[in-house]
Amino acid sequence: MFYREAGDFKTSYTADSQTFPIKFDRYRYYVVLAVAFGIIPFIINDYWANALLLPFLIYAIAAIGLNILVGYCGQVSLGTGGFMAVGAYACYKLMTAFPDISMFIHVILAGGITAIVGVLFGLPSLRIKGFYLAVATLAAQFFLVWLFNRVPWFYNYSASGQINAPERDVFGIVITGPNAPAWATYLFCLIFVTVCAIVARNLTRGSTGRKWMAIRDMDIAAEIIGVNPLKAKLTAFAVSSFFVGVAGALFFAVYLGAVEVGEVFGIQKSFLVLFMVIIGGLGSIFGSFAGAAFLVLLPVVLKLIGVDLLGWPTDIVAHLNLVVVGALIIMFLILEPHGLAQLWRVAKEKLRLWPFPH
Amino acid sequence: MNKTLATMALSALMAAGPAMADLVIPDLSYRTGPFAAGGIPFSDGYNDYFTLLNERDGGIGGEPIRVIECETGYNTEKGVECYESTKGEGALVYQPLSTGITYQLIPKVTADGIPLHTMGYGRTSAANGKVFSNVFNYPANYWNGASGAVNHLLDINDGDLKGKTIALVYHNSAYGKEPIRTLEALSEKYGFELTLLPVDSPGQEQKSQWLQIRREKPDYVVLWGWGIMNQVAVQEAANIRYPMENFIGVWWSGAEFDVEPAGDKATGYKALTFTGLGDDYPVYDDLKKYVVDAGKTAGAGDQLGAVQYNRGLYAAMLAAEAIKTAQEMHGVTDITPAMMRDGMEALEITNAKMEGLGMAGFGPEFSVSCENHGGPGLVGVVQWDASTGTWNNIQDFKPTDGEVIGALINEDSAAYAAENNISERCE
Repeated sequence: MFYREAGDFKTSYTADSQTFPIKFDRYRYYVVLAVAFGIIPFIINDYWANALLLPFLIYAIAAIGLNILVGYCGQVSLGTGGFMAVGAYACYKLMTAFPDISMFIHVILAGGITAIVGVLFGLPSLRIKGFYLAVATLAAQFFLVWLFNRVPWFYNYSASGQINAPERDVFGIVITGPNAPAWATYLFCLIFVTVCAIVARNLTRGSTGRKWMAIRDMDIAAEIIGVNPLKAKLTAFAVSSFFVGVAGALFFAVYLGAVEVGEVFGIQKSFLVLFMVIIGGLGSIFGSFAGAAFLVLLPVVLKLIGVDLLGWPTDIVAHLNLVVVGALIIMFLILEPHGLAQLWRVAKEKLRLWPFPH
Repeated sequence: MNKTLATMALSALMAAGPAMADLVIPDLSYRTGPFAAGGIPFSDGYNDYFTLLNERDGGIGGEPIRVIECETGYNTEKGVECYESTKGEGALVYQPLSTGITYQLIPKVTADGIPLHTMGYGRTSAANGKVFSNVFNYPANYWNGASGAVNHLLDINDGDLKGKTIALVYHNSAYGKEPIRTLEALSEKYGFELTLLPVDSPGQEQKSQWLQIRREKPDYVVLWGWGIMNQVAVQEAANIRYPMENFIGVWWSGAEFDVEPAGDKATGYKALTFTGLGDDYPVYDDLKKYVVDAGKTAGAGDQLGAVQYNRGLYAAMLAAEAIKTAQEMHGVTDITPAMMRDGMEALEITNAKMEGLGMAGFGPEFSVSCENHGGPGLVGVVQWDASTGTWNNIQDFKPTDGEVIGALINEDSAAYAAENNISERCE
């Protein structure tokens, strides 16, 4: 009844091609933004920020990045953890080398450096495809982690081999370090998420995204109709790595504060982000958010229900968590291969017809 | 998005439980993952001691103790989540039993004013209380361990290590890298040659490292491992027939489960220690009576007397004594984390005190001060005997090279202070 195009007249081409063509969707989007920017910062506390919202927002950026590469361009990558590490270490080196420069610039530059590294490791994608490419990106994952562990320059010769985020601010508000207020770190990440999502959404709707999808669906046909595979694949790697690098920089500087590369950016991280993309839905920006939310919140919710509510032993709940996540991944692959985004799409289709489904 | 909000509302509802008037001790344990072998007995010991105090004495100073266990899986992200979810409950002291999580928590606890006790692990230079106001690592730290191992080697070599080679097999993480600095300084001082052999976490893959040891035949091998890495290292050493009496592990590489898989071949393996061995202490009678027989053990109740169980017990005892000290200092029983910090800084452990607790000789005598958060750094050495299945004490608690370690601690903590704009306290 409320959710339909009827009655929402578009009088210009810009209006006709907007992201949310349905009025209800548009308002819902504004409400989400208003709540995220206008209400949550005032009620947030340390637990909400550090246990739920920051990881959700940061993983959402990483998932959007990987979704561009895997979901839109069809290039399978297992190097996400390594590229996040590039972002984190680039951010660390920049933060310590130029302490007076705003964190915004550091994070964006870290993303840029990751984009260059991503393009470098994307070069093999011109010759190899599918599983073989996955293995090539796996090499990037192991190489990058080894590099950051091996070369002391990257961690400023600290005794422990860890990198620690010093206190840095944006317009006088502390963003990193232990004294950063929860609302500031949350807003900082939220701004990045919003900008990244809007950029990604518009890239994938435009000619660049169409080229990526053409390559994904059939690269030879795409080449014949005039898509340059070199450009398409490398731009996908660059944009994807940029987002992943931004996520890595935020993950280190804002969320964790101290990072040990082998543990934090190991192969598990690559798989985790890949699971987010698969569960959320390949080739969907909303899916990236849904997947990130699902995999960040699920363990916390399971823990709250199992340990705090039912009083079960912590180890049983931790094991149960593995079982549940595994079972859900299998269930999703069988029942809904297109992920949470597809459920959302189906729901929207149903809503459009409601209350007269025939 | 709706799903997200619903789950967030649910979690908020549960996170906002009322703060009860008791002594809250979070236990960031790990009973899962590749390091669970060490995490389970430690956490059991830690929990059981507080259960004993609750059952026998009704808590500390009449205040019941509430232990909140939170599973970290030795993972720093989960550690942060655990910290954030428990600190609001009035947590008095954190003991994460993980160097990685410790590094994560040092700035956070300092900002939140909660003490952090990293007994025999964590950031070594936190021993300098002038810089690290809220971090304590008494009674011994990694650099005491490194020096203790070298001192033991000096003893068996009549004080001369010139021309000898020592290989360090270490967990390639902040934990394993800690002793390198000290060993390098000591190698200069005593003229031995140091080879570094990193093992990537979790440590099941050590073939190439041990191949190198087999080829280069170092005189001594020092092991800095944890969890599954120890078992693999001892097994690999047995496989290449490395003489076990020349193989020394740090205290986290010296538990029963580390050597048992290698069977008889592990006999002779040495390890450092800063706590007592076995269950031949009066406190165990009480534990049996009030905890085990009452069916109130934290775990399966099969770890009593094990090396890491004793460490958990010892850590809990030190925390309980610090609570008592804080209660006396401030004259209230329901203490705050800030009072707990004062209590830890004024903690004094004497032989008489330990005897009163039924733990005579369990650890060294020591006192903490504003400047020194690291304790005396006394290190003993034990040796494994597979035929009896016991660790035997071969060297009592002995002091370590305070001169070398003190200089390194001052250097590292000064660097930390400069990095974070901390001015020194205690003046």
